[in-house]
Amino acid sequence: MAMNPGSKPVLQHSTATAGGMAEAHPAPPSGLLRWLLTTNHKEIGSLYLIFSLVMFFIGGIFAMVVRAELFQPGLQLVQPEFFNQMTTMHGLIMVFAAVMPAFTGLANWMIPLQIGAPDMALPRLNNFSFWLLPVAFTLLLSTLFMPGGGPNFGWTFYAPLSTTYGPPSTTFFILSLHIAGISSILGAINIIATILNMRAPGMRMMDMPLFVWTWLITSFLLIAVMPVLAGVITMMLMDINFGTSFFDAAGGGDPVLFQHLFWFFGHPEVYIMILPAFGIVSAIIPTFARKRLFGYASMVYATAAIAILSFLVWAHHMFVVGLPLVAELFFMYCTMLIAVPTGVKVFNWITTLFRGSISFEPPMLFALAFVVLFTIGGFSGLMLAIAPADFQYHDTYFVVAHFHYVLVPGAVFAIMAGVYYWLPKWTGHYPNERLAQWHFWLSVVGVNLTFFPMHFAGLAGMPRRIPDYALQFADFNLVSSLGAFLFGASQLLFVAVVVLCVRGGRRAPAQAWDYAEDLEWSVPSPAPLHTFDTPPTFERPAH
Amino acid sequence: MRTLLVLLAGGGLLAGSLQTALANGWNMPVGVTELSGEIYSLHMIIFWICVAIGVVVFGVMFYSLFRFRRSKGAKAANFHENTLVEVIWTAIPLLILVGMAVPATATLKKMYDASDADLDVMIIGQQWRWRYDYLGEGVAMTSNLATPRTQIRGDEPIDASANYLLEVDEPLVLPVGQKVRFLFTSDDVIHSWWVPELAIKQDTVPGFINENWVRIDEPGIYRGQCAELCGVDHAFMPIVVRAVEEEEFEAWLASRREAAEEEAMGIDREWQMSELMERGEQVYGSVCVSCHQQEGTGNPPAFPALAGNEQLLSDADWHTSTVINGVSGAAMPAFRNTLNPVEIAAVVTYTRNAWGNDTGDSVQPSEVAERLSD
Repeated sequence: MAMNPGSKPVLQHSTATAGGMAEAHPAPPSGLLRWLLTTNHKEIGSLYLIFSLVMFFIGGIFAMVVRAELFQPGLQLVQPEFFNQMTTMHGLIMVFAAVMPAFTGLANWMIPLQIGAPDMALPRLNNFSFWLLPVAFTLLLSTLFMPGGGPNFGWTFYAPLSTTYGPPSTTFFILSLHIAGISSILGAINIIATILNMRAPGMRMMDMPLFVWTWLITSFLLIAVMPVLAGVITMMLMDINFGTSFFDAAGGGDPVLFQHLFWFFGHPEVYIMILPAFGIVSAIIPTFARKRLFGYASMVYATAAIAILSFLVWAHHMFVVGLPLVAELFFMYCTMLIAVPTGVKVFNWITTLFRGSISFEPPMLFALAFVVLFTIGGFSGLMLAIAPADFQYHDTYFVVAHFHYVLVPGAVFAIMAGVYYWLPKWTGHYPNERLAQWHFWLSVVGVNLTFFPMHFAGLAGMPRRIPDYALQFADFNLVSSLGAFLFGASQLLFVAVVVLCVRGGRRAPAQAWDYAEDLEWSVPSPAPLHTFDTPPTFERPAH
Repeated sequence: MRTLLVLLAGGGLLAGSLQTALANGWNMPVGVTELSGEIYSLHMIIFWICVAIGVVVFGVMFYSLFRFRRSKGAKAANFHENTLVEVIWTAIPLLILVGMAVPATATLKKMYDASDADLDVMIIGQQWRWRYDYLGEGVAMTSNLATPRTQIRGDEPIDASANYLLEVDEPLVLPVGQKVRFLFTSDDVIHSWWVPELAIKQDTVPGFINENWVRIDEPGIYRGQCAELCGVDHAFMPIVVRAVEEEEFEAWLASRREAAEEEAMGIDREWQMSELMERGEQVYGSVCVSCHQQEGTGNPPAFPALAGNEQLLSDADWHTSTVINGVSGAAMPAFRNTLNPVEIAAVVTYTRNAWGNDTGDSVQPSEVAERLSD
């Protein structure tokens, strides 16, 4: 272990406490029942991650259908009705079933290991949180086979398109979102309880790894906004089934109220999908630059600032809905402000690289691509914040380009970076370097081919969510579709790398990456089922 | 240092090629109003600010990645905090943002001042067409997609010279040089009326009225589309604005008024079956076809079939009233304000006699007019 003395925390605990106490735990039941009944944070973490990967492919197939239809002008493969179901389900599955559970899975695996806790604070609740998800999303996917089809009103399900004019299956959609929401809230409660109560002795809040910090803040966001989502879908349920008129103007309701409520949930939701990504990248960049993270405290404050601001910007999704001038100005200014703490983060990562000793293992490649491409998404976000210009950008492919840049090479790349980073800890093997490199480069090329031309399509006037388009958009769409097929296909490599890594490969020591700092690297690789039965002593680095 | 220069040059090259690309129709149009020009400028200013920040930030990043490679023997430094630097890179973006907010605020204020308009036009979104009502002028019309469904479905090749998906039967005609106030609302779901060259995008919300305005500088044809997902045919409700000189506009208004009066006189006379069928097919093709389909097969359960529909065949009265009043709680809109009595009579007659629905009966415009006045 080559390292810089005095620049990393010193970890002190015996290996016996890390892994040797298995006899104190009863043997788990065998077969499927083991996975159904498990309360172990590592097993539940794996369940979350596998579930998320499966959903990533299902949501991905929906995206491929969309891109195939948009490959050239005219309707070739699917009718508009089914196309709308595909765009809607792609969004819902990717947001609620792929990205969010992936981060929860990483949290389950890594938060106890990073703070020196033996497990999550509420293990049975943890089991329940996970098993709600397959129920929720089996229900959601089953709506595709119901009469009238599945949700076809976009992942934002604006009323009254989703209420008065929605398909009969909308009630099932509401139920499935309720179940997924409960799962998220319970997961968030568990994470907060774990972080606040179960840190290793000596570890203050300001000693926690940033992944732990970002997840703590994310959990508070989840607890704050998931009930708002639950409220708005319950109002929909009432409008559809019980004759209320929350969102029906004919009965004195207000369709715009729906959007206020939805985006009060929806904007913090996008930070729910990106803050943990910041945490992962903040762990990986110092490891492979062999230099401590620059500005740890400012990273924490910036994360908190972003979280607080996220409650004050929801109406920037509604600039053209007919808001009064003063509201437009307020939400424009607040939205622009978000660029400041986000900028601080990017500057900190880059300063961490500056005068480091940098190497380019797969986790680092994904983390670096994250920094560049997420920043590009941030730039288009800054452009979208300018309300007068948003009158032109709103609901076009420019917006589609923007949020895919922050979510795909943003959130998804960070998840993949995290998986490559922690696979040695989970499996005891390094991922296959050559395959991982192929996966990375094909993904980077694919993602940019897919999403960069969308900026131009949007500026040139192409609205989003259309199954057919005017001829001047044909070239942009052709390139986007080819890029999407490339990106989609290269994710099979990711599966191959993960499967191969589980089955074998170069053996990884406890300290799998030589400069990695946090407590998880003090337990053996693969991490035994039970770790930190007695808490380690945490000592912060000397200055 | 040399790496840094190379990187900066590379960044400059990239910026240069971006500019070329943007000049070649890959960018937001400058448009044909004062405000569209201002919006375009705001867009370009913020774009170049982002490019400049990007060149600096990515320049430093890639410089570090090349310069401080471990494979080249780089040794890591040991710094990890600097309050002064943190304050500087918080303050500078803040100043840039303030600089950006000032012109944006000014433009936004102008966009919100719809007072003292010369002409008011009500724009009503409806699944999946636009209705335009020149308030106080006695002229109103419905604007439907003109691209044939056969081209969209691929039954015949796309006509590349005919503005595929961006052509309508009735463009919105507006005078240049005059301040036109738009009032937006919707009959069903939320739509969004967007014409890029006019830099106007405004949601039409059922039950509420939004406002926006335009003063067009140049005569011409300006095309746009619905921007808010509004159901199955969201992609198929384009907008065409024909901006003409003021005299031409007045002449056009007068001719439309005359045509409306002529049509009103047609209500009282007896119409032949063949006349009604011909007119009905035309109305069906522009208004009904998107849901009920060319052959009247519909798209159940949301859009029932009309061909062979028992209730329709047995009850002409119910049939007419459904077209006039719509079906509450379902997708079928009320056409009492959208279609005139002649059109309603014609389309009812047509659907009662097309695709093997050979009832042989017809509905006269006068009957419809009577029902409408009830």
